[in-house]
Amino acid sequence: MLAKQLSIFLENKKGRFTEVARILGDAGINMTAFTVSENSDFGILRLIVSDTEKAIQVLRDKLYGVSVTDVVCLRCPNTAGSLAKAMEIITANGIFVEYMYAFSEGETANVIIRPDDLEKCIRVLQDNKLELLAADDLYKL
Amino acid sequence: MMWNETVETMNREDMRKLQSYRLKRVVEHAYHNSTFYRRKMQEMDVTPNDIQTIDDIVKLPFTVKQDLRDNYPFGLMAAPMSEIVRLHASSGTTGKPIVVGSTRKDLSIWAEAVARCLYAYGATKNDIAQVSYGYGLFTGGLGAHAGVETIGGTVIPMSSGNTEKQIQLMHDFGANILCCTPSYALFLAETIHASNIPLKEFKLRIGAFGAEPWTDNMRKELEEKLNIKAYDIYGLTEICGPGVGGECECQNGTHLWEDHFFPEIVDPVTLQPVAPGEQGELVFTTLTKEGMPMLRYRTRDLTSLNYDKCPCGRTAVRMNRILGRSDDMLIIRGVNVFPSQVESVILELPEFEPHYFIIVDRVNNTDTFQVQVELRPEYYSDEMNKVLALKKKIATRMQSVIGIQPEIRIVEPRSIERSMGKAKHVQDNRKLY
Repeated sequence: MLAKQLSIFLENKKGRFTEVARILGDAGINMTAFTVSENSDFGILRLIVSDTEKAIQVLRDKLYGVSVTDVVCLRCPNTAGSLAKAMEIITANGIFVEYMYAFSEGETANVIIRPDDLEKCIRVLQDNKLELLAADDLYKL
Repeated sequence: MMWNETVETMNREDMRKLQSYRLKRVVEHAYHNSTFYRRKMQEMDVTPNDIQTIDDIVKLPFTVKQDLRDNYPFGLMAAPMSEIVRLHASSGTTGKPIVVGSTRKDLSIWAEAVARCLYAYGATKNDIAQVSYGYGLFTGGLGAHAGVETIGGTVIPMSSGNTEKQIQLMHDFGANILCCTPSYALFLAETIHASNIPLKEFKLRIGAFGAEPWTDNMRKELEEKLNIKAYDIYGLTEICGPGVGGECECQNGTHLWEDHFFPEIVDPVTLQPVAPGEQGELVFTTLTKEGMPMLRYRTRDLTSLNYDKCPCGRTAVRMNRILGRSDDMLIIRGVNVFPSQVESVILELPEFEPHYFIIVDRVNNTDTFQVQVELRPEYYSDEMNKVLALKKKIATRMQSVIGIQPEIRIVEPRSIERSMGKAKHVQDNRKLY
């Protein structure tokens, strides 16, 4: 149930993201989802890609600072209140979310979550009959 | 006016005689009272008998800052502690500061040297001087203080900092003379302009600025903003502190008080004297110091000397503007910073690659100090807080080693230039020289 997320260190300079997109594009790697966390001098680009191993390879070849993190992908209806329900369960079980981001495809929403306790998070969500997306399925989106 | 006209206008022949006599005496004193100098001279097979005139100075060994560190704290003293009445110290690069001890006579010569500078600026006993150099181990505050008292002026011993109060007292007490670093003077000037006190209510007329390099443009700006004449005061702790030399009303070179502090210019690589008027490294020998004489002390300042008689009437040699340094020391906000200090911090922290790049600039008259570093691959993280914590860790460590905190910039892997030979570690955009 764990998916691999890449985090890329980028200086706040013009064209940095463009270059990453081009490198991945040229390698035939698709980005499923991404988010950027930034401050005044650098940013961290977190992304889910179609081929994690290959992406790490091509980015490291181009000297990017890349790290890999396990995340969970929650799948829920793209309707009012469904995320709230899932989050209440997470919170009620004492799980802290370091960060999260989401994207929707029509009637379904995908929420990528980085909790402080991965295993517990997965267990709690499954126990409560919430749908988790398998990594391979996520990469294909 | 001159404080000591006899010496300041002495013809060159008489000055040479005086210097020869004093050199002989100080070498004897150092040889017989300091193990450090005796050992150094013995290594070069030189005895005091070999020193008969000032020209024999080239036979003497050089002294460098590292000698003071290696012999910390009192290894270079040539007088018993019972004769030492004052200790000063300047910031160290690797934890150990350098320490200088003075006898009562040393302090009185230092005070006279500052007095000569003040008279050269046109100061008199009727002036009120605000001393805004730091008081303490740093020689700036107490050195300027003693000089003002020597000429009979009134001292306001403000020390540095507390800018609002500085301006209030400068205004209320009617200070005529301001003694501080040129960058602090600019900061004071800007604070005055931003305050609601009109400049015409201040009585400032003379600025005695030193302890860091400054430019003619800064002089112009200071003179306009404070409605003063701004003069250089040169000095270094190892020789005495401020007052080794000062400018006169001609503002065309800094007169060095060469009857006490004998200057030479040498090639920083070969250490051979350069032809008269040529550029090289400034070297001083203290001709009259008792507590801690300095024989051929290498200042690392690059400049040239002008022996022409000055239109002010002084024959005292003039030092031209300092063109740079022969080592890699940076003076940032008055603090001596060596790139090797930055390197030592980076090498001790496993999270960072052993590469760095320093960028120094001056923005709104304040020095900026940025250090670029790279993380090692395993320390890149998906969490902003983890990266920011590493940034804080290295900044704090640098603060404790260097004395001032740089702005840390974490850059992408391999973006700091690697080179096979001597890497370029510093970019100084301040254009101070």
